[in-house]
Amino acid sequence: MGGYFSDLIEGGKSLASGLAVTFKAMISPVVTVQYPREKIEITPNFRGHIELTLDAEQRIKCIACGMCEKSCPSGCINVISEKKEGEKKKSLTSFMLNFTKCSLCGICCESCPADAIRYSNEYNLAGFTREDFIMDLVKRLEDKK
Amino acid sequence: MESILAIFPPELLRILISGILVIALVFLNGLVMVYFERKLAGYMQYRCGLMEIGWQGVLQSLVDGIKLISKRLVIPKNVDGPLYRIAPLLAFTPVVLPFLVVPFGKHLQVRDLNVGLIFVMAMGSLNVMAIFMAGWSSNNKYSMFGAMRTVAQNIAYEIPILLSLLSVVLVTNTFSMSGIVDAQSGGSWFILLQPVAFLIYLVAGVAETNRAPFDLPEAESELTAGFHTEYSGIAFGLFFLGEYANMLTVSCVATTLFLGGWHGPWEEYFGTLWFFLKAYSIMFFMIWIRWTFPRVRFDQLMNLAWKYLIPFALVNLLVTAAAVKFLPLIFV
Repeated sequence: MGGYFSDLIEGGKSLASGLAVTFKAMISPVVTVQYPREKIEITPNFRGHIELTLDAEQRIKCIACGMCEKSCPSGCINVISEKKEGEKKKSLTSFMLNFTKCSLCGICCESCPADAIRYSNEYNLAGFTREDFIMDLVKRLEDKK
Repeated sequence: MESILAIFPPELLRILISGILVIALVFLNGLVMVYFERKLAGYMQYRCGLMEIGWQGVLQSLVDGIKLISKRLVIPKNVDGPLYRIAPLLAFTPVVLPFLVVPFGKHLQVRDLNVGLIFVMAMGSLNVMAIFMAGWSSNNKYSMFGAMRTVAQNIAYEIPILLSLLSVVLVTNTFSMSGIVDAQSGGSWFILLQPVAFLIYLVAGVAETNRAPFDLPEAESELTAGFHTEYSGIAFGLFFLGEYANMLTVSCVATTLFLGGWHGPWEEYFGTLWFFLKAYSIMFFMIWIRWTFPRVRFDQLMNLAWKYLIPFALVNLLVTAAAVKFLPLIFV
């Protein structure tokens, strides 16, 4: 008989406290976001694929130095530039990112001397082929404009 | 119109209409309760529950029902044919019948049997046989386990149910459902007189409906739905509907015996409303505990019945009997 009634009382108490937990949950607001219909703010810490940035005059900041290409541990960046006639600096023609290999480590953003690369807020990435994720960032920037 | 009515004797018409109403009640209860159960389960887990079909998902259970009806019935090769086909029907039919004797209002009762309570209990125990038939005829070891569990569980839990209801019957001296409701007029509900019996009935009633935390016969995670693993389409739907109708039966009996039935303020006009309000708050309680407690182990289930519910119900019955016998001698 040892513990017969104490089991009953202890069990009853724990059952009641369990019921209280779910009742509180029931009357507190839901946390679900009804995704396609409502969206939440992306936090500044979010790491999307990298994108090029613009300066105050809406020109690409990138100076085509190739630091990011050299520092990338996965070798997924390919910067192509040319020296146009009558200009002193090289200018960027295309900035290829192979997102299938990118591990979002961010060394490219850190190594950039011109602050020309940052993480995008793009989270809706979907495609039908692998080639969809080999992106030309210059073109992407122009499409966005 | 007169001539059509003349063909049917009034008694036959009465039986037909009440039968249709009772079956409609069972189906409507299934539709509404599936919706509310899923919605409440959502809210208890910080979710929204159903949202997609109709405003706040109200049409979801209707659409589910149509899907179940339109699906093909797959009958596995090695099942015991006749038993396999009869089992879902048997799971559904007996759960409709108890509503024939439940007094939903002062004048809203199909039949006031003088053995109403016994009738309800008898029909309640038939459900076990349907589940056992389903599990046995499926020719599947998991279904078989589910069936064995349901028999052991229902035998264990029928005893405290009967004992706790008997202590109310000792006080009222009648088995008639409306007689028991009449005995509670003026706010003297039997939950105040027999709180222990009410608690025992509630726990055993949840176990009797095979719902979580006592859902061992189906136990999705252990037995892959147990006795109804092999059933598809509307055969499964009938088991499902039977479960919700069983819940309503348990709630209706609890309302009639312990919560004063249709008694309440302005009972001449709102009696039925009071009845359903009480019955559905017990249903809410059942849903609440389902989404709170984890499933019990089988030995815990048996311990609860044989070590706690049955002794307490017996003691309660003895005390009630002694009080009914000796208190009038003292006070008169």
